[in-house]
This record gives sequence, C-alpha cells and structure tokens, in this order.
Amino acid sequence: MSDPNASAAAAAPETVEAETFQGADLPPQPGSEKPRSLWSDAWRELRTSKIFIISAILIFIFLIMTVFPQLLTFGKDPYTCDLKLSRMGPSSAAWFGYDNNGCDVYTRTIYGAKASIMVGIFATGFTMLLGGFVGVMAGFFGGWIDSILSRLTDIFFGIPLLLGGILVLSSFPSSENTNLYQEVGKVVLALGILGWTSMTRIMRSSVIQVRNADFVVAARALGATSGRVIRKHVVPNSLAPLIVVATISLGGYIGAEATLSFLGLGLQPPVISWGTMINDAQPYIRVAPFMLFFPAFFLSVAVLSFIMLGDAVREALDPKLR
Amino acid sequence: MGRYTIRRLLQMIPVIIGTTFIIYAMVWALPGDPFAGKCGDRPCPASYVAEMRNKFNLDDPLPVQYGKYLVNLVQGNFGESFSGRTVWSEIAQAFPVTFRLALIAILIEIVIGISAGVLAALNRAGFWDNLILITTLIVISIPVFVIGFLAQFTFGIKLGWFPPTVGPNATVYELILPAFVLASLSLAYVARLMRGNLAENLRADYVRTATSKGLSRRRVIGRHAVRNSLIPVVTFIGADFGALLGGAIVTEGIFNIRGIGGLLYLSIRTREGATVVGVVTVLVLVFLLVNLLVDILYGAIDPRIRYE
Repeated sequence: MSDPNASAAAAAPETVEAETFQGADLPPQPGSEKPRSLWSDAWRELRTSKIFIISAILIFIFLIMTVFPQLLTFGKDPYTCDLKLSRMGPSSAAWFGYDNNGCDVYTRTIYGAKASIMVGIFATGFTMLLGGFVGVMAGFFGGWIDSILSRLTDIFFGIPLLLGGILVLSSFPSSENTNLYQEVGKVVLALGILGWTSMTRIMRSSVIQVRNADFVVAARALGATSGRVIRKHVVPNSLAPLIVVATISLGGYIGAEATLSFLGLGLQPPVISWGTMINDAQPYIRVAPFMLFFPAFFLSVAVLSFIMLGDAVREALDPKLR
Repeated sequence: MGRYTIRRLLQMIPVIIGTTFIIYAMVWALPGDPFAGKCGDRPCPASYVAEMRNKFNLDDPLPVQYGKYLVNLVQGNFGESFSGRTVWSEIAQAFPVTFRLALIAILIEIVIGISAGVLAALNRAGFWDNLILITTLIVISIPVFVIGFLAQFTFGIKLGWFPPTVGPNATVYELILPAFVLASLSLAYVARLMRGNLAENLRADYVRTATSKGLSRRRVIGRHAVRNSLIPVVTFIGADFGALLGGAIVTEGIFNIRGIGGLLYLSIRTREGATVVGVVTVLVLVFLLVNLLVDILYGAIDPRIRYE
C-alpha cells in the first residue's frame, strides 16, 4: 500500500490548500497534470469492468426494492392474503404462486428485500466502524495496546459467527409487538458482536504497512499529532483492503441473516424477509417447491451481486492485478 | 520447533479462558428465564428452581460462577444438564458422528476441489476454466441451507439416489449427501485457491527451467508446479476441518443427523446452559488445536518457513 499513487492521494489535498492560500487568482490546473490518486484510478478501471456494471445494476434494483417496494408490486399489499388460494402454483395473476396462507409470493419476495438488505448494510457498517477502529488503534500504536487488542480479537475470533449469533438471539426473544427496526437491530447486534474481528485483522495489518511510510514520518516531523496523522494519512491509505472485505461480507451477512431466520431465531413474522419465507416454505417443499425456490433465488442473486462487486473493487484497487 | 509449539500452547490459555467466559456469560447472564418451559405448561415449583439455582451456582456473582465452572472443567468435569445426564457423555455420543461427517466432507474437498482447480488452471480462459469459475461463484453465493434443501429434494426425494435423512447409525452411505452439502462452500474456495496458485506457479522461473531441461509436460506439472501450489491449499483445508466440526449445525438439522451441531442446536433451543457451554468449549479447543497443528505442519511442508 505504500505505492506512490497512494501517497500522492494523501498529499494532494494539502498542496491544493496551500496553492489557494498563496494566490487565489491562479488559473485552475488542468486535470490531466494532477497526479491521479489510487481512488480515481480505481474508478476509471471500474467503469469499464463488465462485472462491476452488472453487479451495480443488480444492487440498484435491490435498493429500489428496499426503498420503494410498491413500485415493483403494482400497489399490491404483502399482508393481503386469501386462504382459498393456498399453495396455488405460479400463474399470470401471481407470477410466483401463492404461499401456505394464500399470500402472493411475488409481492412478499419484493417486500422481503427490505429487511434482508437492511441487515446486510447495518451489520457491515457496524463491523466496519468497530473493527476498523480497533484495527487502527492496534496497528498504529503497537506495543502493549496491540497485544491487548489482538488477544481480545483472538478471543472473539474463536467463536464461530453462527454459534454466537444463535446464542445472542436466543437470549433476546421477540414478543408480538417488536417492530421491524427492533428486529433488524437485534440481528445486526448478533452478527456484529462476532463479525468485527476479521475487519480488525485486515485493518491492523494494512495500518502496520503504512505506519512507517515516509509521508507518515514526514507528517510527524512537521509536528502533526497522532490524531491528525491517523485521520489524514494513515486511514485514507490503508482503507482499500477493508472496503473490499466489507463489500464481500455484506453479501455474507445477508446470507447469515437468512440462515438465522431459517433456524427460527433471526427475524420473526410478521416481519417479511427471504429467510423467514424460506423457513415458512420448508415443510411444504414436496408439494409446493416454488414457495422455497423464489425467495431462495432472490437471496442468492443478492449475495452473488455483492460478492461480484467486491471482486471488481478488489481488482480495481490492487495495482498488481492491473 | 519445540519452543515454538510450547509458546503457542501457552498463548492459547488466555484465549481459551476468554472465549469460554464470553460463552458462559452469554448463556447464563443474558436476560431470559432459564427455567421457562422446563416444567411443561405450569411455572416450575419454587423448591425445584431453588435447587437448580443452587446446583448451577446461579445465585453467585458471575465471575465466581465462572471460576467454579473453570475449576470443574480443569478436572475434566463438564457438569450436568438439567435432566441429570453428564454433558461429557452427551458430547462423547455425538462427536463420532460429526467427526465422520467432517472427514468425508474433507475427502470430497480434497479430491474434487483440487482436481477442479488443476483442470481450470491448465485451461486458463478456456471452457473448463470459465465453467469452474462460474459454478464456484454460484456455489459461494447460495446459502448452505438452500443447497441442503435442493440436494435433499433432488437426490434424496426426486431421484432417490441417496436416503433423504440419516438414521441413528449414520452409515457412510447415508452421510455422503450431507457431506457434499457441508463441503460445498469450502470446495468452491479450494478450487479457486488451487487455480490461482497453479496459474501463478506455471509462470514461475523454476517451471521454465524444468521445461527447458527437457522434462515432459506431465512431469513439470505433476512434480513441480502442482506440488508447490498445494502448500496454501493444505493449510486452508486443515483450518477448515476445525470449522466444519462446528459449522455443521445447519446441515445436521436438515438431514436429521444426531451430531455435535444437532446437540448444540437442541440444547440452545431448550436452554440447557451447561450443555451449550460444554459443547462450545470443546469446539473452540478443537478449532485452536487444529490451527496450531496446521501452523506446525506448514513449516514441515514448506522448507522456506522456519520457526525458531
């Protein structure tokens, strides 16, 4: 991570500030002469990558499902069900058929995106902030702080994600009146408490690589405080691996939420998510496999698109792969 | 080597204590009544609750409770469940089944994963390479429980090639289908890892040297390139064995296997705290020991790595 482009990225804002300070009447520099940063290089690379475009379009569609589900369901309500239609197969009226309670599977699948995607985004945000913070502290300060934080990480790393999630969730049972956001918060907490360790390990090793780079030594020699060095120089230059892993694990958390809901511990009805739909469909797999197939398909495509996005970002950010 | 092993073993002690403490705290100290539903529809009689609270030291402060548990644990006493069975006997009964399942899964990973990776690397950007890359990506994206249901439905029920559920004896034949499901995710990773390593090694100087010495292509690939590419794959598979033992909850649930995962899931649902803590402790111990073993083996396979 100590390649010249990256260090230029950190130095660039400083020099621009200095220029405007000295003479505000200077004409703006043409963009081609400015050294391009790692991030703008990566963006150029990404725009031409087929995998990136495909996964970005898919993720955009999932975000629409999350924010405006009614746009895609033609105004149908996921809680309007008719028992007469129970387990009827796909038809032109209901593309994905009806579930056990006679609810439209298509409408419920679209509405199910919200809880699943929200768990993925918040769990990733939580682990990135907590794991990133611990990793920066351990990597930057080293010494006994590193020893303590690393042992702490080892302790949490030893507990498998699913096991810990089950333990936390079975201690916080849901009642009838917990709403969507409480339910999501509970699952995010369960995944986040054990998920931050991998982020910490990655951030720590990439901070250690940057810590002794020349531009950090120079900033310190100029009298910058530790806080400023971390904010302006260390974090921007060690963030790339964390972002790659975060994108990929976003897909992983969506899958983990579905697994926990499938075990009957994650999100609980009436909250709709792909995991709860699969859990509901499971006893009827012999007579109505479509009930399980469609939510499982959407779930897999969502996970797949985040993994593909992560792969594309990794390729764009790694100068060795260019 | 010996000193390295001893140092690693000593470093494991605080990690084991920390991990078991967290598990213990999660099981016993989080909100929720441990006796809810223990006595059928009625609430438990006060005398029963008092006796059980005394037996499991629930009235002591948490560190004291944990200290007492740890003292028993060091003496090899894993405690008793609410019904009075020793936790150790339950673990001893379930462990062999899970061990067999994980062993078959590892064999599948090694045979299929490595050959798929070699095939893909030798056909770089060809038909097989693309096919393997796309299939592994799909397998990585589909959650294990969905793969489990699809496999059970297709091969167990529709085609009838394998029994859809596993009986109490858990024969090898019954375990093949669950083992495939359990192995699927790691299989995809092994194939990709092997492909990446071999493709990189095929461009290495020593392979060019071997070819220019006049060795046959088969010998260059088999003797030089594949052997060197196996090193990271072996570490991955080793570390995976520890993870498979604990990660079998979902697979064991779908196929009704009475192993460690099933035992753990059941005891979490019925709030058998002592069993949960005992099983997780054993799993974490196995996980840490296997990782240590893999690290030591790593030095044995790759002479460039030396532990002082």
